[in-house]
Amino acid sequence: MDSVFIIKSLIILGIFAISLTIAAYETYFERVIAAFIQDRVGPDRAGPFGLLQPLADAGKLFFKEDFIPGMADKWLFILGPSLAMLTALMTSAVIPFGDSILYDGQEILVQGIEVNIGILWVFGVVSLGVYGILIGGWASNNKYSLYGAIRAASQNISYELAMGLSIIAVLMMASSLSLRTIVESQHGMNWNIFYQPLGFIIFLTCSFAECNRTPFDLPESENELVAGYHTEYGSMKLGLYLFSEYVNMFISSAVIATLFLGGFNYPGMDWVYATMTENFGAVVGHNLSTLAGTLVFFAKIFAFIFLFMWVRWTLPRFRYDQLMDLGWKGLIPLAIVNLIITAAAELSGHALLVNWIGLGVFIALVYAWSAIFGTKKTSL
Amino acid sequence: MQLTDRSKKTDKTPLTLAEKSYLPGIAKGLGITLKHFFSKKATIRYPEQKRYLGPIFRGHHILKRDEEGRERCTACGLCAVACPAEAISMVAAERVKGEESLYREEKYAASYEINMLRCIFCGLCEEACPKEAVYLRHDKFVPVFTSRDQVIYGKDQLVEDMNERYERDAWTKEEMQKLWAQQKPVNY
Repeated sequence: MDSVFIIKSLIILGIFAISLTIAAYETYFERVIAAFIQDRVGPDRAGPFGLLQPLADAGKLFFKEDFIPGMADKWLFILGPSLAMLTALMTSAVIPFGDSILYDGQEILVQGIEVNIGILWVFGVVSLGVYGILIGGWASNNKYSLYGAIRAASQNISYELAMGLSIIAVLMMASSLSLRTIVESQHGMNWNIFYQPLGFIIFLTCSFAECNRTPFDLPESENELVAGYHTEYGSMKLGLYLFSEYVNMFISSAVIATLFLGGFNYPGMDWVYATMTENFGAVVGHNLSTLAGTLVFFAKIFAFIFLFMWVRWTLPRFRYDQLMDLGWKGLIPLAIVNLIITAAAELSGHALLVNWIGLGVFIALVYAWSAIFGTKKTSL
Repeated sequence: MQLTDRSKKTDKTPLTLAEKSYLPGIAKGLGITLKHFFSKKATIRYPEQKRYLGPIFRGHHILKRDEEGRERCTACGLCAVACPAEAISMVAAERVKGEESLYREEKYAASYEINMLRCIFCGLCEEACPKEAVYLRHDKFVPVFTSRDQVIYGKDQLVEDMNERYERDAWTKEEMQKLWAQQKPVNY
Protein backbone atom coordinates (compact mmCIF):
# COMPACT_ATOMS: atom_id res chain seq x y z
CA MET A 1 0.00 0.00 0.00
CA ASP A 2 1.02 3.54 -0.68
CA SER A 3 2.72 5.11 2.33
CA VAL A 4 1.20 8.49 1.48
CA PHE A 5 -2.23 6.93 1.61
CA ILE A 6 -1.48 5.41 5.00
CA ILE A 7 -0.29 8.72 6.42
CA LYS A 8 -3.35 10.48 5.05
CA SER A 9 -5.60 7.85 6.64
CA LEU A 10 -3.73 8.27 9.90
CA ILE A 11 -4.29 12.02 9.76
CA ILE A 12 -8.02 11.56 9.12
CA LEU A 13 -8.29 8.99 11.90
CA GLY A 14 -6.33 11.31 14.17
CA ILE A 15 -8.66 14.23 13.49
CA PHE A 16 -11.64 11.97 14.15
CA ALA A 17 -10.19 10.66 17.40
CA ILE A 18 -9.08 14.10 18.54
CA SER A 19 -12.46 15.69 17.94
CA LEU A 20 -14.15 12.90 19.92
CA THR A 21 -11.62 13.09 22.76
CA ILE A 22 -11.85 16.85 22.95
CA ALA A 23 -15.64 16.65 22.95
CA ALA A 24 -15.52 14.13 25.81
CA TYR A 25 -13.18 16.30 27.84
CA GLU A 26 -15.21 19.39 27.08
CA THR A 27 -17.95 17.86 29.22
CA TYR A 28 -15.45 17.56 32.06
CA PHE A 29 -14.04 21.04 31.61
CA GLU A 30 -17.48 22.52 31.29
CA ARG A 31 -18.23 21.24 34.77
CA VAL A 32 -14.88 22.27 36.19
CA ILE A 33 -15.10 25.79 34.72
CA ALA A 34 -18.69 26.13 35.91
CA ALA A 35 -17.57 25.06 39.36
CA PHE A 36 -14.60 27.43 39.43
CA ILE A 37 -16.75 30.36 38.34
CA GLN A 38 -19.20 29.49 41.11
CA ASP A 39 -16.38 29.17 43.72
CA ARG A 40 -16.59 25.37 43.82
CA VAL A 41 -14.05 22.70 42.82
CA GLY A 42 -16.11 20.54 40.46
CA PRO A 43 -15.83 16.80 39.79
CA ASP A 44 -12.71 15.42 41.49
CA ARG A 45 -13.69 11.90 42.54
CA ALA A 46 -13.13 9.75 39.42
CA GLY A 47 -9.39 9.39 38.96
CA PRO A 48 -6.80 12.11 39.61
CA PHE A 49 -8.54 15.52 39.47
CA GLY A 50 -11.65 13.67 38.27
CA LEU A 51 -10.12 13.11 34.86
CA LEU A 52 -11.96 9.82 34.39
CA GLN A 53 -15.31 11.56 34.80
CA PRO A 54 -16.16 11.52 31.05
CA LEU A 55 -15.59 7.75 30.99
CA ALA A 56 -17.82 7.30 34.00
CA ASP A 57 -20.52 9.44 32.40
CA ALA A 58 -20.34 7.53 29.12
CA GLY A 59 -20.47 4.22 30.98
CA LYS A 60 -23.52 5.37 32.87
CA LEU A 61 -25.26 6.50 29.69
CA PHE A 62 -24.54 3.21 27.94
CA PHE A 63 -26.01 1.14 30.75
CA LYS A 64 -29.22 3.10 31.14
CA GLU A 65 -32.45 1.81 29.68
CA ASP A 66 -32.77 2.63 26.00
CA PHE A 67 -36.37 3.73 25.99
CA ILE A 68 -38.48 4.70 22.98
CA PRO A 69 -41.84 6.28 23.81
CA GLY A 70 -44.87 4.34 22.61
CA MET A 71 -46.32 7.04 20.38
CA ALA A 72 -42.98 8.15 18.99
CA ASP A 73 -41.95 7.53 15.40
CA LYS A 74 -39.43 4.81 16.12
CA TRP A 75 -37.07 5.13 13.17
CA LEU A 76 -37.02 8.91 13.11
CA PHE A 77 -36.50 8.84 16.87
CA ILE A 78 -33.32 6.83 16.29
CA LEU A 79 -32.31 8.83 13.22
CA GLY A 80 -32.40 12.18 15.07
CA PRO A 81 -29.37 11.77 17.35
CA SER A 82 -27.49 9.79 14.70
CA LEU A 83 -27.86 12.63 12.24
CA ALA A 84 -26.86 15.21 14.83
CA MET A 85 -23.68 13.28 15.60
CA LEU A 86 -22.92 12.58 11.92
CA THR A 87 -23.17 16.20 10.84
CA ALA A 88 -21.20 17.33 13.86
CA LEU A 89 -18.32 15.04 12.92
CA MET A 90 -18.42 15.74 9.17
CA THR A 91 -17.48 19.39 9.49
CA SER A 92 -13.96 18.75 10.73
CA ALA A 93 -12.99 17.20 7.39
CA VAL A 94 -12.09 20.48 5.69
CA ILE A 95 -10.45 22.32 8.57
CA PRO A 96 -6.70 22.75 8.06
CA PHE A 97 -5.19 21.64 11.35
CA GLY A 98 -1.65 22.31 10.21
CA ASP A 99 0.56 23.10 7.28
CA SER A 100 1.89 19.89 5.70
CA ILE A 101 4.01 16.83 6.40
CA LEU A 102 6.95 16.02 4.12
CA TYR A 103 7.27 12.27 3.78
CA ASP A 104 8.87 10.19 1.07
CA GLY A 105 9.41 13.29 -1.06
CA GLN A 106 5.72 14.11 -1.02
CA GLU A 107 3.80 16.86 0.72
CA ILE A 108 0.84 15.62 2.73
CA LEU A 109 -1.55 18.26 4.03
CA VAL A 110 -2.61 18.04 7.67
CA GLN A 111 -6.28 18.24 6.74
CA GLY A 112 -9.03 15.73 6.05
CA ILE A 113 -9.74 16.87 2.52
CA GLU A 114 -8.48 20.00 0.79
CA VAL A 115 -11.40 21.22 -1.32
CA ASN A 116 -11.67 24.62 -2.92
CA ILE A 117 -15.16 25.14 -1.44
CA GLY A 118 -14.10 24.44 2.16
CA ILE A 119 -16.18 27.07 3.93
CA LEU A 120 -19.19 26.23 1.78
CA TRP A 121 -18.89 22.62 2.95
CA VAL A 122 -18.81 23.78 6.56
CA PHE A 123 -21.91 25.87 6.01
CA GLY A 124 -23.80 23.15 4.19
CA VAL A 125 -23.10 20.58 6.86
CA VAL A 126 -23.85 22.98 9.70
CA SER A 127 -27.22 23.76 8.12
CA LEU A 128 -27.87 20.02 7.91
CA GLY A 129 -27.09 19.77 11.62
CA VAL A 130 -30.41 21.32 12.53
CA TYR A 131 -32.16 18.37 10.87
CA GLY A 132 -30.97 16.08 13.64
CA ILE A 133 -32.59 18.33 16.24
CA LEU A 134 -35.72 18.88 14.16
CA ILE A 135 -36.27 15.17 13.44
CA GLY A 136 -35.59 14.18 17.04
CA GLY A 137 -37.95 16.83 18.39
CA TRP A 138 -40.69 15.95 15.96
CA ALA A 139 -40.38 12.18 16.35
CA SER A 140 -40.67 12.42 20.15
CA ASN A 141 -44.36 13.26 19.78
CA ASN A 142 -44.15 15.70 22.67
CA LYS A 143 -45.15 19.31 22.40
CA TYR A 144 -42.17 20.58 24.40
CA SER A 145 -39.78 18.67 22.19
CA LEU A 146 -41.48 20.04 19.11
CA TYR A 147 -41.27 23.55 20.53
CA GLY A 148 -37.57 23.10 21.12
CA ALA A 149 -37.03 21.73 17.65
CA ILE A 150 -38.90 24.57 16.00
CA ARG A 151 -37.03 27.11 18.07
CA ALA A 152 -33.76 25.49 17.02
CA ALA A 153 -34.76 25.60 13.36
CA SER A 154 -35.86 29.25 13.34
CA GLN A 155 -32.88 30.33 15.43
CA ASN A 156 -30.37 28.56 13.21
CA ILE A 157 -31.89 29.95 10.03
CA SER A 158 -31.95 33.50 11.42
CA TYR A 159 -28.36 33.44 12.58
CA GLU A 160 -26.99 31.67 9.53
CA LEU A 161 -27.81 34.77 7.48
CA ALA A 162 -25.71 37.10 9.56
CA MET A 163 -23.01 34.46 9.81
CA GLY A 164 -22.87 34.05 6.04
CA LEU A 165 -22.76 37.80 5.48
CA SER A 166 -19.88 38.22 7.92
CA ILE A 167 -18.04 35.40 6.16
CA ILE A 168 -18.44 37.00 2.75
CA ALA A 169 -16.28 39.87 4.02
CA VAL A 170 -13.56 37.36 4.91
CA LEU A 171 -13.91 35.67 1.54
CA MET A 172 -13.51 38.99 -0.24
CA MET A 173 -10.16 39.49 1.48
CA ALA A 174 -8.84 36.02 0.69
CA SER A 175 -10.72 35.79 -2.66
CA SER A 176 -11.13 32.06 -2.11
CA LEU A 177 -13.55 29.67 -0.46
CA SER A 178 -10.78 27.26 0.43
CA LEU A 179 -10.05 27.30 4.15
CA ARG A 180 -6.38 26.60 3.49
CA THR A 181 -6.07 29.62 1.22
CA ILE A 182 -7.87 31.75 3.81
CA VAL A 183 -5.40 30.60 6.45
CA GLU A 184 -2.39 31.14 4.22
CA SER A 185 -3.54 34.68 3.43
CA GLN A 186 -3.24 35.45 7.18
CA HIS A 187 0.45 34.57 7.31
CA GLY A 188 2.33 35.55 10.46
CA MET A 189 0.37 38.12 12.44
CA ASN A 190 -1.73 39.25 9.47
CA TRP A 191 -4.92 37.95 11.05
CA ASN A 192 -8.40 38.82 9.84
CA ILE A 193 -9.54 39.89 13.29
CA PHE A 194 -7.41 43.05 12.97
CA TYR A 195 -9.06 43.86 9.66
CA GLN A 196 -12.60 43.07 10.72
CA PRO A 197 -13.26 43.31 14.45
CA LEU A 198 -16.94 43.87 13.68
CA GLY A 199 -17.15 40.80 11.48
CA PHE A 200 -15.42 38.79 14.20
CA ILE A 201 -17.95 39.82 16.83
CA ILE A 202 -20.84 39.03 14.50
CA PHE A 203 -19.42 35.65 13.60
CA LEU A 204 -18.72 34.81 17.24
CA THR A 205 -22.24 35.72 18.30
CA CYS A 206 -23.73 33.71 15.45
CA SER A 207 -21.64 30.67 16.26
CA PHE A 208 -22.91 30.82 19.84
CA ALA A 209 -26.41 30.74 18.40
CA GLU A 210 -25.58 27.97 15.93
CA CYS A 211 -24.18 25.79 18.72
CA ASN A 212 -27.30 26.42 20.84
CA ARG A 213 -25.08 27.66 23.64
CA THR A 214 -26.06 30.13 26.33
CA PRO A 215 -27.17 32.94 25.92
CA PHE A 216 -28.92 31.43 22.90
CA ASP A 217 -29.82 28.00 24.30
CA LEU A 218 -33.53 28.45 23.77
CA PRO A 219 -34.07 25.08 22.04
CA GLU A 220 -33.07 23.28 25.22
CA SER A 221 -34.10 25.70 27.92
CA GLU A 222 -34.82 23.60 30.98
CA ASN A 223 -37.21 25.90 32.74
CA GLU A 224 -39.37 26.77 29.73
CA LEU A 225 -39.39 23.54 27.73
CA VAL A 226 -38.48 20.89 30.33
CA ALA A 227 -35.39 20.12 28.25
CA GLY A 228 -36.42 21.07 24.73
CA TYR A 229 -35.88 18.71 21.84
CA HIS A 230 -34.29 15.95 23.92
CA THR A 231 -36.97 15.73 26.62
CA GLU A 232 -37.96 12.19 25.60
CA TYR A 233 -34.44 10.95 25.08
CA GLY A 234 -32.42 8.87 27.47
CA SER A 235 -29.47 6.52 27.50
CA MET A 236 -26.81 6.96 24.82
CA LYS A 237 -29.23 8.63 22.40
CA LEU A 238 -29.33 11.57 24.80
CA GLY A 239 -25.58 11.13 25.12
CA LEU A 240 -25.20 11.49 21.35
CA TYR A 241 -27.19 14.71 21.36
CA LEU A 242 -25.14 16.21 24.16
CA PHE A 243 -21.95 14.90 22.61
CA SER A 244 -22.74 16.35 19.19
CA GLU A 245 -23.26 19.70 20.85
CA TYR A 246 -19.76 19.54 22.28
CA VAL A 247 -18.28 18.38 18.97
CA ASN A 248 -20.03 21.34 17.36
CA MET A 249 -18.47 23.64 19.91
CA PHE A 250 -15.01 22.28 19.12
CA ILE A 251 -15.59 22.63 15.37
CA SER A 252 -16.95 26.14 15.58
CA SER A 253 -13.99 27.15 17.73
CA ALA A 254 -11.76 25.69 15.03
CA VAL A 255 -13.62 27.57 12.30
CA ILE A 256 -13.43 30.86 14.20
CA ALA A 257 -9.70 30.34 14.75
CA THR A 258 -9.26 29.51 11.07
CA LEU A 259 -11.22 32.42 9.69
CA PHE A 260 -10.30 35.21 12.06
CA LEU A 261 -7.28 34.23 14.15
CA GLY A 262 -5.03 32.93 11.40
CA GLY A 263 -5.41 29.17 11.96
CA PHE A 264 -1.95 27.68 12.35
CA ASN A 265 -0.20 31.01 11.75
CA TYR A 266 1.59 32.69 14.60
CA PRO A 267 3.97 35.63 14.88
CA GLY A 268 7.56 34.58 14.28
CA MET A 269 6.65 31.47 12.35
CA ASP A 270 9.10 32.27 9.55
CA TRP A 271 11.95 32.52 12.05
CA VAL A 272 10.89 29.20 13.64
CA TYR A 273 10.74 27.58 10.21
CA ALA A 274 14.18 28.88 9.28
CA THR A 275 15.79 27.73 12.56
CA MET A 276 14.12 24.34 12.42
CA THR A 277 15.18 23.60 8.84
CA GLU A 278 18.67 24.85 9.61
CA ASN A 279 19.12 22.66 12.68
CA PHE A 280 17.22 19.50 11.76
CA GLY A 281 17.43 19.47 7.96
CA ALA A 282 14.79 20.42 5.43
CA VAL A 283 12.42 17.49 5.94
CA VAL A 284 12.46 17.07 9.74
CA GLY A 285 12.56 20.84 10.24
CA HIS A 286 9.53 21.31 8.02
CA ASN A 287 7.59 18.63 9.88
CA LEU A 288 8.59 20.08 13.27
CA SER A 289 7.44 23.56 12.33
CA THR A 290 4.17 22.04 11.07
CA LEU A 291 3.78 20.45 14.49
CA ALA A 292 4.42 23.82 16.15
CA GLY A 293 1.75 25.41 13.95
CA THR A 294 -0.72 22.66 14.81
CA LEU A 295 -0.07 23.15 18.51
CA VAL A 296 -0.65 26.89 18.14
CA PHE A 297 -3.89 26.16 16.31
CA PHE A 298 -5.07 23.90 19.12
CA ALA A 299 -4.14 26.54 21.68
CA LYS A 300 -6.40 28.97 19.82
CA ILE A 301 -9.18 26.39 19.69
CA PHE A 302 -8.92 25.78 23.43
CA ALA A 303 -9.01 29.51 24.09
CA PHE A 304 -12.27 29.73 22.18
CA ILE A 305 -13.73 26.68 23.90
CA PHE A 306 -12.91 28.39 27.20
CA LEU A 307 -14.63 31.54 25.95
CA PHE A 308 -17.72 29.50 25.04
CA MET A 309 -17.89 28.08 28.56
CA TRP A 310 -16.97 31.34 30.24
CA VAL A 311 -19.83 33.10 28.45
CA ARG A 312 -22.20 30.25 29.29
CA TRP A 313 -21.65 30.74 33.01
CA THR A 314 -21.83 34.52 32.76
CA LEU A 315 -24.85 35.46 30.67
CA PRO A 316 -28.47 34.55 31.26
CA ARG A 317 -30.67 33.32 28.42
CA PHE A 318 -32.22 35.73 25.91
CA ARG A 319 -35.96 36.01 25.61
CA TYR A 320 -37.20 34.68 22.30
CA ASP A 321 -38.24 38.04 20.86
CA GLN A 322 -34.91 39.53 21.97
CA LEU A 323 -33.14 36.73 20.17
CA MET A 324 -35.00 37.41 16.94
CA ASP A 325 -34.55 41.18 17.36
CA LEU A 326 -30.81 40.77 17.81
CA GLY A 327 -30.51 38.47 14.83
CA TRP A 328 -32.66 40.26 12.30
CA LYS A 329 -32.51 43.90 13.40
CA GLY A 330 -29.04 43.92 14.87
CA LEU A 331 -26.61 41.48 13.38
CA ILE A 332 -27.79 41.30 9.77
CA PRO A 333 -27.67 45.09 9.17
CA LEU A 334 -24.32 45.23 10.95
CA ALA A 335 -23.02 42.42 8.77
CA ILE A 336 -24.12 44.28 5.65
CA VAL A 337 -22.35 47.43 6.89
CA ASN A 338 -19.27 45.34 7.55
CA LEU A 339 -19.51 43.99 4.01
CA ILE A 340 -19.65 47.47 2.54
CA ILE A 341 -16.73 48.70 4.62
CA THR A 342 -14.63 45.68 3.63
CA ALA A 343 -15.48 46.11 -0.03
CA ALA A 344 -14.42 49.76 0.08
CA ALA A 345 -11.25 48.83 1.96
CA GLU A 346 -10.32 46.14 -0.55
CA LEU A 347 -10.84 48.53 -3.45
CA SER A 348 -8.83 51.33 -1.83
CA GLY A 349 -5.63 49.29 -1.56
CA HIS A 350 -5.02 50.16 2.12
CA ALA A 351 -7.19 47.46 3.61
CA LEU A 352 -6.25 47.80 7.29
CA LEU A 353 -6.43 51.59 7.45
CA VAL A 354 -9.68 51.97 5.50
CA ASN A 355 -11.36 49.19 7.48
CA TRP A 356 -10.73 50.99 10.77
CA ILE A 357 -11.63 54.39 9.33
CA GLY A 358 -14.84 52.93 7.95
CA LEU A 359 -15.69 51.37 11.29
CA GLY A 360 -14.98 54.66 13.09
CA VAL A 361 -17.12 56.62 10.64
CA PHE A 362 -19.93 54.09 11.02
CA ILE A 363 -19.90 54.29 14.82
CA ALA A 364 -19.78 58.11 14.66
CA LEU A 365 -22.74 58.13 12.30
CA VAL A 366 -24.75 55.83 14.53
CA TYR A 367 -23.99 58.03 17.53
CA ALA A 368 -24.96 61.16 15.64
CA TRP A 369 -28.19 59.49 14.48
CA SER A 370 -29.17 58.43 17.96
CA ALA A 371 -28.27 61.87 19.37
CA ILE A 372 -30.51 63.61 16.85
CA PHE A 373 -33.38 61.20 16.35
CA GLY A 374 -33.09 58.83 19.30
CA THR A 375 -35.26 59.02 22.39
CA LYS A 376 -33.87 61.39 24.98
CA LYS A 377 -32.60 59.79 28.15
CA THR A 378 -34.97 61.13 30.78
CA SER A 379 -34.86 60.21 34.42
CA LEU A 380 -38.10 58.90 35.78
CA MET B 1 -43.99 54.34 53.41
CA GLN B 2 -40.43 53.21 53.22
CA LEU B 3 -39.60 50.48 55.71
CA THR B 4 -35.95 49.93 54.87
CA ASP B 5 -33.34 51.70 52.80
CA ARG B 6 -32.23 48.44 51.20
CA SER B 7 -34.65 48.47 48.28
CA LYS B 8 -33.15 49.43 44.94
CA LYS B 9 -35.05 51.63 42.53
CA THR B 10 -35.40 50.06 39.09
CA ASP B 11 -33.74 52.18 36.45
CA LYS B 12 -36.36 52.50 33.74
CA THR B 13 -34.54 55.03 31.58
CA PRO B 14 -34.21 53.98 27.93
CA LEU B 15 -30.95 52.25 27.10
CA THR B 16 -28.14 54.26 25.62
CA LEU B 17 -26.55 53.17 22.36
CA ALA B 18 -23.63 51.46 24.08
CA GLU B 19 -25.99 49.64 26.41
CA LYS B 20 -28.11 48.50 23.46
CA SER B 21 -25.09 46.84 21.87
CA TYR B 22 -24.80 44.67 25.04
CA LEU B 23 -21.00 44.66 24.68
CA PRO B 24 -20.00 46.79 27.73
CA GLY B 25 -22.40 44.82 29.91
CA ILE B 26 -21.06 41.52 28.64
CA ALA B 27 -17.47 42.62 29.22
CA LYS B 28 -18.34 43.64 32.78
CA GLY B 29 -20.05 40.33 33.45
CA LEU B 30 -17.15 38.35 32.03
CA GLY B 31 -14.84 40.30 34.30
CA ILE B 32 -16.88 39.38 37.35
CA THR B 33 -16.95 35.68 36.50
CA LEU B 34 -13.23 35.67 35.72
CA LYS B 35 -12.54 37.16 39.14
CA HIS B 36 -14.48 34.30 40.71
CA PHE B 37 -12.68 31.81 38.48
CA PHE B 38 -9.41 32.64 40.19
CA SER B 39 -10.78 33.25 43.66
CA LYS B 40 -10.41 30.90 46.61
CA LYS B 41 -12.87 28.01 46.54
CA ALA B 42 -15.37 27.58 49.34
CA THR B 43 -15.49 23.78 49.04
CA ILE B 44 -14.34 21.50 51.86
CA ARG B 45 -13.64 18.05 50.39
CA TYR B 46 -15.66 16.31 53.09
CA PRO B 47 -14.48 12.80 53.87
CA GLU B 48 -10.81 13.79 53.67
CA GLN B 49 -11.21 17.30 54.99
CA LYS B 50 -13.43 18.30 57.85
CA ARG B 51 -14.51 21.63 59.18
CA TYR B 52 -13.85 22.33 62.86
CA LEU B 53 -17.25 22.04 64.45
CA GLY B 54 -16.48 23.98 67.59
CA PRO B 55 -15.61 22.95 71.15
CA ILE B 56 -19.22 22.34 72.19
CA PHE B 57 -20.32 20.17 69.29
CA ARG B 58 -22.39 17.21 70.54
CA GLY B 59 -21.12 14.05 68.89
CA HIS B 60 -20.21 10.56 70.03
CA HIS B 61 -20.92 9.71 73.71
CA ILE B 62 -18.12 8.88 76.07
CA LEU B 63 -18.08 7.49 79.62
CA LYS B 64 -15.15 9.19 81.32
CA ARG B 65 -12.63 7.66 83.64
CA ASP B 66 -10.89 9.67 86.34
CA GLU B 67 -7.15 10.42 86.55
CA GLU B 68 -6.38 6.96 87.95
CA GLY B 69 -8.34 5.23 85.25
CA ARG B 70 -11.41 4.37 87.35
CA GLU B 71 -14.87 4.63 85.83
CA ARG B 72 -16.69 7.67 87.12
CA CYS B 73 -20.21 6.39 86.45
CA THR B 74 -22.12 5.21 89.52
CA ALA B 75 -25.20 4.05 87.65
CA CYS B 76 -27.44 6.56 89.41
CA GLY B 77 -29.74 6.61 86.38
CA LEU B 78 -30.15 10.39 86.22
CA CYS B 79 -29.04 10.45 82.58
CA ALA B 80 -31.63 7.83 81.67
CA VAL B 81 -34.29 9.88 83.44
CA ALA B 82 -33.18 13.09 81.74
CA CYS B 83 -33.04 11.51 78.30
CA PRO B 84 -36.08 12.72 76.32
CA ALA B 85 -35.70 9.95 73.77
CA GLU B 86 -35.30 7.18 76.36
CA ALA B 87 -32.17 6.00 74.65
CA ILE B 88 -30.15 5.13 77.74
CA SER B 89 -30.53 2.02 79.85
CA MET B 90 -28.22 0.60 82.48
CA VAL B 91 -27.83 -2.14 85.05
CA ALA B 92 -26.23 -1.20 88.36
CA ALA B 93 -23.93 -3.46 90.34
CA GLU B 94 -22.09 -3.27 93.65
CA ARG B 95 -18.34 -3.00 93.70
CA VAL B 96 -16.71 -5.96 95.42
CA LYS B 97 -13.37 -6.03 97.19
CA GLY B 98 -10.41 -5.80 94.83
CA GLU B 99 -12.23 -3.72 92.23
CA GLU B 100 -11.27 -0.36 93.78
CA SER B 101 -8.91 0.40 90.91
CA LEU B 102 -11.69 -0.17 88.36
CA TYR B 103 -14.63 1.78 89.78
CA ARG B 104 -14.44 5.00 91.72
CA GLU B 105 -17.43 4.50 94.02
CA GLU B 106 -19.19 1.57 95.65
CA LYS B 107 -21.77 1.31 92.90
CA TYR B 108 -21.08 1.08 89.18
CA ALA B 109 -22.79 0.37 85.87
CA ALA B 110 -22.45 -3.30 85.03
CA SER B 111 -23.94 -2.53 81.66
CA TYR B 112 -24.58 0.86 80.08
CA GLU B 113 -26.28 0.99 76.71
CA ILE B 114 -27.24 3.83 74.42
CA ASN B 115 -29.55 3.21 71.50
CA MET B 116 -28.10 5.44 68.78
CA LEU B 117 -31.25 5.27 66.68
CA ARG B 118 -33.14 6.88 69.55
CA CYS B 119 -30.52 9.38 70.68
CA ILE B 120 -31.15 12.91 69.45
CA PHE B 121 -27.80 14.29 70.69
CA CYS B 122 -29.45 16.92 72.87
CA GLY B 123 -26.80 16.71 75.57
CA LEU B 124 -29.26 16.52 78.49
CA CYS B 125 -27.48 13.40 79.81
CA GLU B 126 -24.21 15.27 80.28
CA GLU B 127 -26.10 18.10 81.98
CA ALA B 128 -27.85 15.65 84.32
CA CYS B 129 -24.74 13.67 85.27
CA PRO B 130 -23.66 14.50 88.87
CA LYS B 131 -20.39 12.59 88.52
CA GLU B 132 -19.10 14.22 85.30
CA ALA B 133 -19.10 10.77 83.74
CA VAL B 134 -21.01 11.03 80.47
CA TYR B 135 -20.08 13.52 77.78
CA LEU B 136 -20.79 14.08 74.12
CA ARG B 137 -17.45 14.41 72.35
CA HIS B 138 -16.94 17.44 70.12
CA ASP B 139 -14.46 15.73 67.80
CA LYS B 140 -16.12 12.49 66.76
CA PHE B 141 -19.34 11.53 65.02
CA VAL B 142 -21.30 8.37 65.69
CA PRO B 143 -20.46 6.43 62.55
CA VAL B 144 -23.04 5.39 60.00
CA PHE B 145 -24.71 2.05 60.75
CA THR B 146 -26.17 -0.25 58.17
CA SER B 147 -27.98 -2.82 60.31
CA ARG B 148 -29.99 -2.80 63.50
CA ASP B 149 -27.56 -4.90 65.53
CA GLN B 150 -24.96 -2.12 65.19
CA VAL B 151 -27.29 0.41 66.75
CA ILE B 152 -26.97 -0.27 70.49
CA TYR B 153 -23.66 0.92 71.87
CA GLY B 154 -22.46 -0.86 74.99
CA LYS B 155 -19.73 -0.07 77.46
CA ASP B 156 -17.07 -1.49 75.12
CA GLN B 157 -17.74 1.38 72.71
CA LEU B 158 -18.49 4.07 75.26
CA VAL B 159 -15.93 3.88 78.07
CA GLU B 160 -12.91 6.11 77.64
CA ASP B 161 -9.66 4.59 76.44
CA MET B 162 -6.85 5.63 78.83
CA ASN B 163 -4.35 5.73 75.98
CA GLU B 164 -6.48 8.20 74.05
CA ARG B 165 -8.05 10.41 76.66
CA TYR B 166 -10.74 12.81 75.57
CA GLU B 167 -10.23 16.46 76.39
CA ARG B 168 -12.53 19.38 75.69
CA ASP B 169 -10.89 22.12 73.59
CA ALA B 170 -12.42 24.93 75.53
CA TRP B 171 -14.28 25.35 78.77
CA THR B 172 -14.78 29.12 78.90
CA LYS B 173 -16.45 31.51 76.51
CA GLU B 174 -13.17 33.32 75.83
CA GLU B 175 -11.33 30.15 74.92
CA MET B 176 -14.16 29.18 72.62
CA GLN B 177 -14.21 32.50 70.79
CA LYS B 178 -10.47 32.27 70.27
CA LEU B 179 -10.91 28.84 68.71
CA TRP B 180 -13.69 29.99 66.43
CA ALA B 181 -11.60 32.90 65.24
CA GLN B 182 -8.91 30.56 63.93
CA GLN B 183 -11.43 28.16 62.42
CA LYS B 184 -10.36 26.60 59.13
CA PRO B 185 -10.68 23.22 57.43
CA VAL B 186 -8.62 20.66 59.33
CA ASN B 187 -7.39 17.32 58.14
CA TYR B 188 -8.33 14.75 60.74
